Amino acid sequence: MSTIITRRTLLAGAAATSVLPLTGARAQAPFGVGFVYVGPVGDHGWTWTHDQGRKAVEAAYGNKVKTSFIENVAEGPDAARAIRQLAQAGDKLIFTTSFGFMNPTIQVAKQFPKVFFEHATGYQRAENVATYNARFYEGRAVIGTIAGHMSKSGQAGYIASFPIPEVVMGINAFHLAAKKVNPNFKTKVIWASTWYDPAKEADAAKALIDQGCDIITQHTDSAAALQAAEQRGVYAFGQASDMKAFAPKAHLSAIVDDWSGYYVKRVKEAMDGSWKSGDVWGGIKDGMVKLAPYNDAVSPAARAAADELQKGIVSGTIHPFTGELKDQKGTLRLKAGETATDEVLSKMDWYVDGVQA
Amino acid sequence: MLEWRRRREPSKAMLYLSPLIAIGLTMLTGMLVFGAIGYDGLRAVTAIFITPLIEPQRWADLGVKAAPLIMIALGLAIGFRANVWNIGAEGQYVMGAIAGTGVALLTHDMTGWWILPAMALAGILGGAAYAAVPALLKVRLQVSEILTSLMLTYVAVQFLYYLVRGPWKDPDGFNFPQTKMFSGSQTLPAVAEGSLVHVGVPLAILLALIAWFVLSKTVAGYAVRVVGRAPAAARHGGFDANRVTWAVLLTGGGLAGLAGLLEAAGPFGQLTPQFPVGYGFTAIIVAFLGRLSPVGIVFGALVLAVTYVGGEIAQSTVRLPSAATGMFQALLLFFLLATDVLVRWRLAWKARPAKVAP
Amino acid sequence: MTAAILVSIFMTLAAAATPILLAALGELVTEKAGVLNLGVEGMMLCGAVAGFAVAYSTGSVALGLIAATLAGVAAAMIFALLTLGLGSNQVATGLALTIFGIGASSLIGAGFVGRTITRLGPLFPADYAAHPWLRLVFGHDAIVYLSLALVLAVGLFLRRTRAGLILRAVGENADSAHAIGYRVLAIRTAATAFGGALAGLGGAYFSLALTPMWADRLTAGRGWIALALVVFAAWKPGRLLIGAYLFGAVATFELQAKAAGWSFVAPEVLAMTPYLATIVVLTMMSLGRRTGGRDAPACLGKPFPAQ
Repeated sequence: MSTIITRRTLLAGAAATSVLPLTGARAQAPFGVGFVYVGPVGDHGWTWTHDQGRKAVEAAYGNKVKTSFIENVAEGPDAARAIRQLAQAGDKLIFTTSFGFMNPTIQVAKQFPKVFFEHATGYQRAENVATYNARFYEGRAVIGTIAGHMSKSGQAGYIASFPIPEVVMGINAFHLAAKKVNPNFKTKVIWASTWYDPAKEADAAKALIDQGCDIITQHTDSAAALQAAEQRGVYAFGQASDMKAFAPKAHLSAIVDDWSGYYVKRVKEAMDGSWKSGDVWGGIKDGMVKLAPYNDAVSPAARAAADELQKGIVSGTIHPFTGELKDQKGTLRLKAGETATDEVLSKMDWYVDGVQA
Repeated sequence: MLEWRRRREPSKAMLYLSPLIAIGLTMLTGMLVFGAIGYDGLRAVTAIFITPLIEPQRWADLGVKAAPLIMIALGLAIGFRANVWNIGAEGQYVMGAIAGTGVALLTHDMTGWWILPAMALAGILGGAAYAAVPALLKVRLQVSEILTSLMLTYVAVQFLYYLVRGPWKDPDGFNFPQTKMFSGSQTLPAVAEGSLVHVGVPLAILLALIAWFVLSKTVAGYAVRVVGRAPAAARHGGFDANRVTWAVLLTGGGLAGLAGLLEAAGPFGQLTPQFPVGYGFTAIIVAFLGRLSPVGIVFGALVLAVTYVGGEIAQSTVRLPSAATGMFQALLLFFLLATDVLVRWRLAWKARPAKVAP
Repeated sequence: MTAAILVSIFMTLAAAATPILLAALGELVTEKAGVLNLGVEGMMLCGAVAGFAVAYSTGSVALGLIAATLAGVAAAMIFALLTLGLGSNQVATGLALTIFGIGASSLIGAGFVGRTITRLGPLFPADYAAHPWLRLVFGHDAIVYLSLALVLAVGLFLRRTRAGLILRAVGENADSAHAIGYRVLAIRTAATAFGGALAGLGGAYFSLALTPMWADRLTAGRGWIALALVVFAAWKPGRLLIGAYLFGAVATFELQAKAAGWSFVAPEVLAMTPYLATIVVLTMMSLGRRTGGRDAPACLGKPFPAQ
């Protein structure tokens, strides 16, 4: 076994664009699918959810595919090397799962025109580079609705990483939904200036609770804020995966990233030759964004409103960003009845009224 | 029975052999440890240490990864020889990149051959200026450069975060904390069309040769060694320890700054918060792996580059977790430091007490 | 702002200060004996993962704390074996220890990601701390009290005991201490082990009390802050206490201010403050030396016997 693999990596590297038969004429070489991760697969957050998608691909196609991944890859030149290595090892479809992998992906894709690349959350595409992302803001709107119903103080605390459009649209979607329930709702944002620092995330949650917030949500990677909420007896939401185990009482629901459907589909397309570049932005309707089961504490009214919103989003009758919408400075961003285009969303750098950021 | 005996002279043979022994012991330990926890230990070690060397398409990666390590480690080794412990090369590396990027952002709309040299000069000066702080504190106030240079590293990294999040943020970058991409005149050319190897790689090797010449063939190099080994003798010989301290810290800072700029203008092409990846700290390992000798450092950097590149190969082929790469690097340094003892000591059979005739 | 909020802020502050105080106190003793161990972050991570693994497996936080202490000692002994036993360079060995700790903790912790335990609770029963002001005194967990007691104990040990005097002598002038007949290497090994024990305990404070879980690099760089703090405190336990709580206060007030909607300085400026402050203190100490100020242990980082 080991000699075969060594030979394969050696030879496949030299002829990166052709799949080599391993042994005998009959044996079909498995289709190589590679993944490049920014964090460790054990982060129980962003990278972990992508790795669940990889496992789904293995489960779906068994020994017809061979998946491999490289974790903890720094954004920058190290990423280019990791991507190139997978391409040289013979992978035919490579998923690069962090925004900072954009330039390296485009760069390596030029060298390997016959390999397909999929870059998550970016905006640069090529003939053999597709982009994909999830409409997390739809999930944010749902938990915002629950927050609006469940908050007694009318104040939510939001622990955010960096003010990039992805994070900003999440804050706005959450707040707009909560405000629909409670017109006086306030969302207080703490910029943690990090994606990951559990102790700091917990302290930020405590500070928000001290300032009167009784709902905590976060756009950082760890479950620390949930634990702080549990300790202080307020409610919170999970991020990226179901985090109920960390906070059985506080955890009202969670936005769950589910990449498996997309990965399984794209791998099939790459195998049968129908793969095409494009930009997919999947939401609740596509199953890419899901809500974790509601906690028993979620009131019937909140459940009903959250379910209704989900149905509306799926059927297309409701868009979380619907005008009339003004930002904090009073500038009109969306006219009455107008919904935000993807272009507006992907460049969002303004906050709606009532957000303290 | 075996016992340790101190050598009269440090062993030349062991000086060169002990890194090889350390590498061998690392491979053996790694094989056993990772075998014991359920991985294919032999394949893991092969993927990490052998595959990158025998696959030609990996060689460019090795060169690109090794170049900044060589440059930084050269500067550090010169200092270590003079008993000056600059461990803040990471900060000087970042400051060099920041200074060079400052020039790049000022000249973004211009073209010309002079832009890249100007950036490189700014990089050297930025790194050297940042190393001047511990130098000044050491020479004037006898403050330990170990502590000040380490502290300044964190200051430099935070300064970088501030710049890319604030004043230097790319206005067209969707609010991501990063600078504009450098223009064509600001990007390092490759050594050959289509090659990944940028001109910083041969430059690093050239600098190693220059460092070797200066250290072993010139008075300046002699002064560094004397001040480091025998400060009292240096004073009698008329060498000024303070001047040596200044010189080695500024050289080390300048080299780290240059490495930072080359990394920014080469593989990165911009500044991002992910720019500091710990080369300044890894270079300390490289300097020791290379026995503080310039030629040794080139090999030391290569070994480290092999573990990075091989670590990724081991991940995708043997499913070894990325944490294993760090473990291998730590083991390597542990064994290297441990086998260092063989240079000064030797194992010998304990002389048996002579039998007394009945 | 009500009393309850003020008390709550102080509780957060004390919790943020405690792990750094512990790790720094251990390092202080190590450095007083003349040993510079830059592997604090690595030892903290070893303690954090060992503590969590044992607490999760046995259900006992107390056993977790003991395991964390032992793991810290074990990591410190690798350092001691190399630097004290084989005379290797302390700076390089300490850095290697940090790299080792990051890797080893990640490997060991892989099976514990996504799990949680019941966190270490307050030491005294809840009715002791019914009133908010009483919480200030009786509302903390055992480690907070332990850390305060250890500051006092280390201070007394170094100042008032013969053993402490010997330890300081070894750090100030190893050759003389050796000449008088003290076992320099044994004393330094013991001091290094103590440093490892407290770093391990400090690391476990993250995984068992602050954020009861394991995730890679859980301590997020606090080991380096602990190193800075030792210097900031001019190697004095009392000042270390002040420094650690000052650090906790700055970090906590920053978050409180943000939550209240004030933004006063860039977060990066606050993040670099402990390091800049340390350099300033080092400089001031050197300036004040002529007027009787005290400095670092004279033999800090130097091998014994000299080579």
